[in-house]
Amino acid sequence: MRRLFVLLLTVSLAFLAAAAAPLPGDSVLRVPANFKDQDGKAFTLAQRRGGVQLVTMFYSSCPYACPLIIDTGKGIDHALTPAERAKLRVLLLSLDPARDTPAKLGAVVAKRKIDTARWTLGTTDASGVRQTAAVLGIRYRQLANGEFNHSSVMILLDADGRILARTEKIGAQPDPEFLAAVRKALRT
Amino acid sequence: MMKTRYLGLLLMAPLLLAAAPSSSRYASIPGGIFKSVLDYEDSGGKVQLKPYQLMRRPVTNAEFLDFVRANPTWQRGKVPVVFAESRYLQSWAGPLQLGGKAKPQQPVVEVSWFAADAYCQSIGARLPTWAEWEYAAAADETRRDARQDPAWRERILSWYSRPSNTPLGNVGAAPANAYGVQDLHGLVWEWTEDYASMLVSGDSREQKAEDRLKFCGAGAIGMDDRENYAVLMRVAMLSALEADDVTANLGFRCALAKP
Repeated sequence: MRRLFVLLLTVSLAFLAAAAAPLPGDSVLRVPANFKDQDGKAFTLAQRRGGVQLVTMFYSSCPYACPLIIDTGKGIDHALTPAERAKLRVLLLSLDPARDTPAKLGAVVAKRKIDTARWTLGTTDASGVRQTAAVLGIRYRQLANGEFNHSSVMILLDADGRILARTEKIGAQPDPEFLAAVRKALRT
Repeated sequence: MMKTRYLGLLLMAPLLLAAAPSSSRYASIPGGIFKSVLDYEDSGGKVQLKPYQLMRRPVTNAEFLDFVRANPTWQRGKVPVVFAESRYLQSWAGPLQLGGKAKPQQPVVEVSWFAADAYCQSIGARLPTWAEWEYAAAADETRRDARQDPAWRERILSWYSRPSNTPLGNVGAAPANAYGVQDLHGLVWEWTEDYASMLVSGDSREQKAEDRLKFCGAGAIGMDDRENYAVLMRVAMLSALEADDVTANLGFRCALAKP
């Protein structure tokens, strides 16, 4: 009984230490921006620590490549086993602070039948967008008509927010190399 | 002369500066429609600029030292590598010491975009957009747009042919342009807020379908005014950078919306 107690104590201390340890220096989750999700709930990237995740940037009124970005995430989800899928989270961050309110993101969730148990859509302010795009290496520019021109990319993060892999092959058919990297990350 | 010295004193005394009107550190630039060297398909290369204020000079080592003193997370050795690569402020003698290779009145260099962005935010400002930088940098001492003058182009280009290991001059040594802004050319390269928007391709018409697919939306870009090499080199350099990069001749200045 006492041994069990010591074991439990050790495990919980180790857990606390891991949670309290600062993020690694190369973690993209260090970006200090404040986000709101599709339900209007506030979150920071640092709170996304723990577990493998996919991340990318998009904007909800995008007519062309952004639906493909969502397809990319869904394609990867689809290619995984249920056990693998359960461990993978997906984060879609908006490039468009002026138009992408949480309600707009909620509409995307409904329209694209997105599972918000594992997927999160987020929106921040203009400065947060610039910083987030900068750590992710995403280039973008707002066009004269309000649309955005931006890199279409899917990025794989480890549990501490370090970039493990990225692909610019977007669409429902997953990039095999990227999918292999996702699987490998989920195994470790 | 007296006035210049007085301004210099103000710049070195942040406490005094806080009490003084911000106009002493910034020049007011009227807005206008501007033909940028970046010829975007969607805008026809025309940029509509609102009035803004631009720092008269690039940020100096002394000013950046004040910033890292007040904001320890931006000190060399403390800044996370995701925000600044290992060469960040490497010419400084120490995290809080300038030393012989980084004089107080030289422009600060070896700073990442994140650090430049954080500096400007710390004083309630922001980095200028590329268009704001280019607009102010089109002026010479007497004209607001001197770009068509071959002699002006020649003079700017001569700077780029200097060996890059020449020590940097002090800020404010060159004459002010028609807006009262100094050192836009001839001293350092400068970060802009939207450096990541410079999606440059050599010729957008030759862009292959798979390259176009990398970008959401087909807002292609070409280079207008191919003779303006000096400004085009800036675009090429900025478009090749990542936000954590630093270089030995890349600094910055801040901007503000017109109050």
